[in-house]
Amino acid sequence: MKGLTPAIWKLIGQSTLQTLEMVSLSTLFSVLLGLPLGILLCITSPASQGGIRPKPVLNEILSRIVNILRSFPFIILIIVLFPLSRLIVGTAIGTKSTIVPLSIAAAPFVARIVETSLKEVDPGVIQAARTMGSTNSQIVFKVLLPEALPSLISGLTLTIINLIGYSAMAGAVGGGGLGDLAIRYGYQRFRPEVMAVAVIVILVLVEVIQFIGNKISAHMMAKR
Amino acid sequence: MQITLKNLMRNYENVHAVQDVSLSIPENRIFGIIGLSGAGKSTLVRLVSLLEKPDSGEVWYDDMRVDNLPEKEIIQRRRHIGMIFQNFNLFSSRTAGQNIAYPMEICKYQKDEIKSRVRELLELVGLSDRENAPISTLSGGQKQRIAIARALACKPDILFCDEATSALDPKTTQSILSLIKDIQRKMNLTVVMITHQMEVVRDACDYVAVLSEGKVVEQGTVKDIFAQPKTNVTKEFLSHLTTNTANVRDDGVVIWSDVPARYTLRFLNDRVETPVISDIIREFDVVFNISGAGIQKVGDTKMGTMVCDISGPEEAVKAALEAIKERGVIVEEVQA
Ligand SMILES: Nc1ncnc2c1ncn2[C@@H]1O[C@H](COP(=O)(O)OP(=O)(O)O)[C@@H](O)[C@H]1O
Ligand SMILES: [Mg+2]
Repeated sequence: MKGLTPAIWKLIGQSTLQTLEMVSLSTLFSVLLGLPLGILLCITSPASQGGIRPKPVLNEILSRIVNILRSFPFIILIIVLFPLSRLIVGTAIGTKSTIVPLSIAAAPFVARIVETSLKEVDPGVIQAARTMGSTNSQIVFKVLLPEALPSLISGLTLTIINLIGYSAMAGAVGGGGLGDLAIRYGYQRFRPEVMAVAVIVILVLVEVIQFIGNKISAHMMAKR
Repeated sequence: MQITLKNLMRNYENVHAVQDVSLSIPENRIFGIIGLSGAGKSTLVRLVSLLEKPDSGEVWYDDMRVDNLPEKEIIQRRRHIGMIFQNFNLFSSRTAGQNIAYPMEICKYQKDEIKSRVRELLELVGLSDRENAPISTLSGGQKQRIAIARALACKPDILFCDEATSALDPKTTQSILSLIKDIQRKMNLTVVMITHQMEVVRDACDYVAVLSEGKVVEQGTVKDIFAQPKTNVTKEFLSHLTTNTANVRDDGVVIWSDVPARYTLRFLNDRVETPVISDIIREFDVVFNISGAGIQKVGDTKMGTMVCDISGPEEAVKAALEAIKERGVIVEEVQA
């Protein structure tokens, strides 16, 4: 462990911050994209699946797009999205530029999670809300989302954990963060101790996120 | 509000869930719709409560046709309809009080108005102390009371109950039924009560329609249907009727007269062979007035019990009682 000089520790600290920045911003943007998409997927599905405003064609199109994006290998997605990154953040390398592909890769995942969570809401409860004269938007915002909240929180936890993994991969193509550090020092410069520390920090991050997510979910369920 | 249904039809693929139903549901009454599972009751109630449109036919509320209204107006209409369900369908994300508040939030009531009405409704259903309770902490009966309070929040004209007591035990069922009856009177509601239990019809309804395979096979006042059922479906329902718990004593005797009777006769199966009562009436100049009877298993024999008064000349009554005892019947006399 003698290779872990103060300079290296500083580098690890910086990389951790970069990872946190990538993960938090891409979580934010993927939720901003994925949440409305998931809601749309749920409400436009057939009535038999809990759709409150069935639109078969739109539902089919959205569903296809989401599936294609989800099955796209992430590394290829980053390369394909280089031009878009350059357009949006002005550069195709560095931490900021990875936020674009990360968000776009995670958005369909978020959409499916939101869709599944909302479809789990008891149809009887939705029917009750409809009988009381709720409009569709009241059903979405006052019934579906609050009723599905514990499940949405679990989904969000999963999304963040996935994004930590993805962000490490993004590092491989020059995105910065802990993954980048692990590859540059651990692999290219034969410094396994740096790689080990980077991996441990990633594991700790995942554990902490999982712990917090579980706690919030459990706290909500306890109040119901 | 009076509801009129004209030739309602609703098919699901090849299932004729509701076939040509015409009904007139009088206002300010409790109208029962009874049918077996799959008879089309829930479908019918979804049509009448404007949750679904019929394939053909019409729904009228008073003098207004409502089934063909545009969606916006239907949503407005629904705000004056209350509905409760077998599974309560309460919002688990809200406390008991917040559940009751929901329809008022939808209808844009003022905050303080909502607050005071929630209190009022909690009191009406007897759960004032549970305002902040999470739904999962309530019993089935309490959940249905909260659901009733929620259904009544925006002062509806109609209350639909779809199998509202089917998930409850008999005692809780009775308390929910008496709450509904009470509220119906207080609020001048038209209540449509969907059920598969004849007990519910007997104990709560004024009128009843019998639904079978999507059709109304019989309808009328509850009294008439009970006294003279015409169809086999109805007779079948009546045959499964359990005794009215209110009138059954602990020893299984059903009392149908409120006049207190003086004698209780007990007939043990293996001791009484001859038609005692007929013989006694013929032999002595006495009249039997029977106000209750029942049968009970005692060990491996059966014991019949009859609660009655015996009237006639004093001498004759005395002699008759002696003769009854001689024939192995146990006589108990209530001291006046
Ligand atoms: N949404 C639906 N899709 C397909 N079939 C349905 C649907 N709702 C009801 N049915 C069918 O219609 C018939 C009547 O159902 P329902 O009205 O629920 O009866 P009940 O409430 O009397 O038990 C049943 O055969 C049921 O399978
Ligand atoms: Mg039903």
